Amino acid sequence: MSEFYEKDISGCGIIAIMNEKGMGISGERVMSAIVSMRERTNGLGGGFAAYGIYPEYRDCYAFHIMFDTPQAKDEAEGFLKTRCLMQEEEAIPTRPNRYITNPPLLWRYFLRPKDQYINGTSEADFMVSLVMHINAEVVGGFVASSGKNMGVFKGVGYPEDIGDFFRLDEYKGYIWTAHGRFPTNSQGWWGGAHPFSLLDWTVVHNGEISSYGINKRYLEHFGYRCTLFTDTEVMAYLFDLLIRKHGLPLELAAKVLSAPFWDEIGRMEGSQRDFFTSLRIIYGSALVNGPFAVVVGHASGMVALNDRIKLRPLVAARDGDMLYIASEDSAIREICPHPQKVWTPKAGEPVVGTLKPPIQEEHRKWEGRSQPPQQWFGHPYR
Amino acid sequence: MAYALYPSEFRIERDQDRCIACQVCVRQCANDGHIYDSEDDFVSSDESRCVGCHRCGTLCPTGAITIRENPMHFKTNANWTARALRDIYKQAETGGVLLTGMGCDRSYPIYFDRILLNASQVTNPSIDPLREPMELRTFLGSKPDRIELDPSGKGIRLSTNLAPQLVLETPILFSAMSYGSISYNACWALARAAKVEGTFYNTGEGGLHRDFYPYGENTIVQVASGRFGVHADYLDVAAAIEIKIGQGAKPGIGGHLPGEKVSEQISQTRMIPVGTDALSPAPHHDIYSIEDLRQLIFALKEATRYSKPVGVKIAAVHNVAPIASGIVRAGADMVAIDGLRGGTGAAPITIRDNVGIPIELAIAAVDSRLREEGIRHRASIIAAGGFRNSADVTKAIALGADAVYIGTAALVAMGCHLCQKCYTGKCNWGIATQDPYLTKRLNPKIAERRLGNLLRGWSLEIKEMLGGMGINAIESLRGNREHLRGVGLTEAELKILGIKSAGEAW
Amino acid sequence: MKRIYVHEEYCIGCRLCEIHCLVQHSRSKKILKAFKEEFPRAVSRVLVEEHGYLSFALQCRHCEEAPCLEACITGAMYRDKRTDAVLCNEKKCVGCWMCIMVCPFGVIKRDLESNKVASKCDLCLGEEMPVCVQNCPNEALTFEERTET
Repeated sequence: MSEFYEKDISGCGIIAIMNEKGMGISGERVMSAIVSMRERTNGLGGGFAAYGIYPEYRDCYAFHIMFDTPQAKDEAEGFLKTRCLMQEEEAIPTRPNRYITNPPLLWRYFLRPKDQYINGTSEADFMVSLVMHINAEVVGGFVASSGKNMGVFKGVGYPEDIGDFFRLDEYKGYIWTAHGRFPTNSQGWWGGAHPFSLLDWTVVHNGEISSYGINKRYLEHFGYRCTLFTDTEVMAYLFDLLIRKHGLPLELAAKVLSAPFWDEIGRMEGSQRDFFTSLRIIYGSALVNGPFAVVVGHASGMVALNDRIKLRPLVAARDGDMLYIASEDSAIREICPHPQKVWTPKAGEPVVGTLKPPIQEEHRKWEGRSQPPQQWFGHPYR
Repeated sequence: MAYALYPSEFRIERDQDRCIACQVCVRQCANDGHIYDSEDDFVSSDESRCVGCHRCGTLCPTGAITIRENPMHFKTNANWTARALRDIYKQAETGGVLLTGMGCDRSYPIYFDRILLNASQVTNPSIDPLREPMELRTFLGSKPDRIELDPSGKGIRLSTNLAPQLVLETPILFSAMSYGSISYNACWALARAAKVEGTFYNTGEGGLHRDFYPYGENTIVQVASGRFGVHADYLDVAAAIEIKIGQGAKPGIGGHLPGEKVSEQISQTRMIPVGTDALSPAPHHDIYSIEDLRQLIFALKEATRYSKPVGVKIAAVHNVAPIASGIVRAGADMVAIDGLRGGTGAAPITIRDNVGIPIELAIAAVDSRLREEGIRHRASIIAAGGFRNSADVTKAIALGADAVYIGTAALVAMGCHLCQKCYTGKCNWGIATQDPYLTKRLNPKIAERRLGNLLRGWSLEIKEMLGGMGINAIESLRGNREHLRGVGLTEAELKILGIKSAGEAW
Repeated sequence: MKRIYVHEEYCIGCRLCEIHCLVQHSRSKKILKAFKEEFPRAVSRVLVEEHGYLSFALQCRHCEEAPCLEACITGAMYRDKRTDAVLCNEKKCVGCWMCIMVCPFGVIKRDLESNKVASKCDLCLGEEMPVCVQNCPNEALTFEERTET
């Protein structure tokens, strides 16, 4: 894995589209949306996350891994093969694109963990440990995504060129998120592009996290090692921690990350006020300060969130079963000229898209219920 | 009494063109440093009595008086400094332990002056605290590291209640200064300012005067080794309890109130005879090991029905990190750490100036150690020991402290000029004395106003600095060492502080 | 009507009030000149009373029913219409000292050095606030209006 650090700086562009009934959307749609935001990027990073693209391997963990050297590839494969059953391994199909130069080795593996190695932890924690190991210990190896029936395609270049390079027009997924970067280092690193991913969580992020120093130390308490040299990493891990490990509903996780102000809490009524006070007291170190617009994808949907004073743009739209989220209204209109409803979410107010019916994942407590809560504290579920 | 065989420390310079012989200086000097000759209508001065408190110079209506360091130099000697010589002369004359007041004044490195803060530009907008909310509210107490939600699914509730917390509107509290070491008026001002500004003050080991019970909600009471003034009402009226194991000015020894300062009121509050020295024992004689501390913590919690946080105050010494870890595991809700520069009313000079470590290193070490052990959330860290301005406070919070105690700064706000003679009981500013002629000099209303101004001024400055860093809630700065950089620090110092060198980016 | 009130618990006995009152009523109104160059020196109209560690500044109370007003044989003592203060017109005073004898507070003095007239507090008329109040370092004197309760 390359040894230089890249701070994610402003000026990025984000787009995310989802079909809530689970119907496949062609990658072409998302590419034509992101190309309209070319001015927001500088060609040093672009990437896509797609869900539902490997239906034939839907029960396997699809690891997309980048390797700087063949040695790294051998080392990583050796490591994975001892611990997992490898259903399939192949190079990720690409086509030459004159703007994409010096790609690393790009491979994908469809894995199932071997039971004897799981050993008391959950299957999900086990797969996470494999990812952490390769990222930290295999020099020149980097796991771009590790979820089931989904994948992350990213690298150095404008997002539309990356999409062309990875032949994304040939894939159909029910959720697509895409991102274009504007990093200030002169050289890009393929692993540094967005989305960042762990299991089926993917994060595309426009912003800079001022609270990174403490968010990182807080996550270390729970065993997350921040190795990817970028502040977006903490966003992905925080979602994983709050929702998967601590069992918070998604809307509450949003209230932890973009916590309401004390003034607002002071205006709430009795038990609600006490609850949100306690939430801030307990999760003070998980508050994400600094400008951000983030879209987090997972197997059953996606959520978009702004920082508590909305310092980055985010626009959302609904049209039938489709949910669109983007940095700019025009990017949405590029692919959906007349959506039924368009709005700008307020600071700290999440925009949630949910697959109906949701995928039953053993590691999501709230998905065990038949429906996520429709209403809580009087805030209607979008 | 034998003639003092060394020159006085200060020289009083009186500009005779300006002196109108009004005698304000004569009346105001508690050490009788100025004398009026009525025959000649002339005021003269006795340097040997001057302690350098500036009372005379400040009140002189014509500005006729200047106090200087006595220019009568010893032969230059880098090893045998004037101070070293004077200490020996004094000790030879008295044969006792040399006492002093306030905090260590030696030139050990001040790490706050070698740590710099960050600001956001271009890539991350800074936030304007005059136009946007900027939150300083701080909660002190034990916290869980995750939330336990009511599993019944009906609405969102917590299944267990949080441990009791102190709520502060600003991360600054008034440090422990006992009634006895400071005057009634000074205590009154601290209590009132704490109440008005939404923070807390600490009684120190002098007990709590009944008149201050109405301010109990803003009072942290101390249970120190002498157990002065500790009884059921004392514990009940307080918002929190602090077990004082040590203080930064004199680690390893107990508190000391000279008999000169034990008046009738002090005697009643502390439950000791008038005029006796109040010498706290060095250890608590019922705390000889960590398990004994645990026993006392829980005894206090039981006695107060687990309704208020119980903290422990220690001095910053070499092993402060494992000691703090032990204290947290023993059940303390707050750990107060008092560094090398912590102040006092009376301490032996040798101990004040040679024992302990600077608070900056201590906070960093304790915060890192507690996080490594996964127990940082179980107690709040309060840092103390020579905080001079809001930048020091901000840096301490970035290093890992939850809040900061100010002692010397509060006294200076009330008028102290750091002459370090608190132990004599002759504080010319009416702060560190019980003499009724002198205690009148501190108008508690003025003192309260000045303390409030200090807290508000510093809070505004902290908000400005937070906004500059692109942060609008103090919890995002706490422990966030990425916003600190060191200048002129060695590798070892950078490592212990856990910060990078200035010039290094993320 | 604003009057000077004393808070004896804060008076530190420094007598800066006396000094500044003297300067205010001197010819030059400058402290160095008033003390070193003016002969006879002006007289302070306020006096600090002391007993043990208790002290406070005492000046004319500008009583609602002022005995000095009644006792004055020439009509030099008069009440100012705007502030209700009791003032002394020094040009009319003949130095009989009846006012001094009847004053229950003893706050009128004989100005023997110069005109041999009665000398007392005039609330520093013309100033926003009496100089004793302004210059008390411990706010032991306040200038305020108190309504009868």
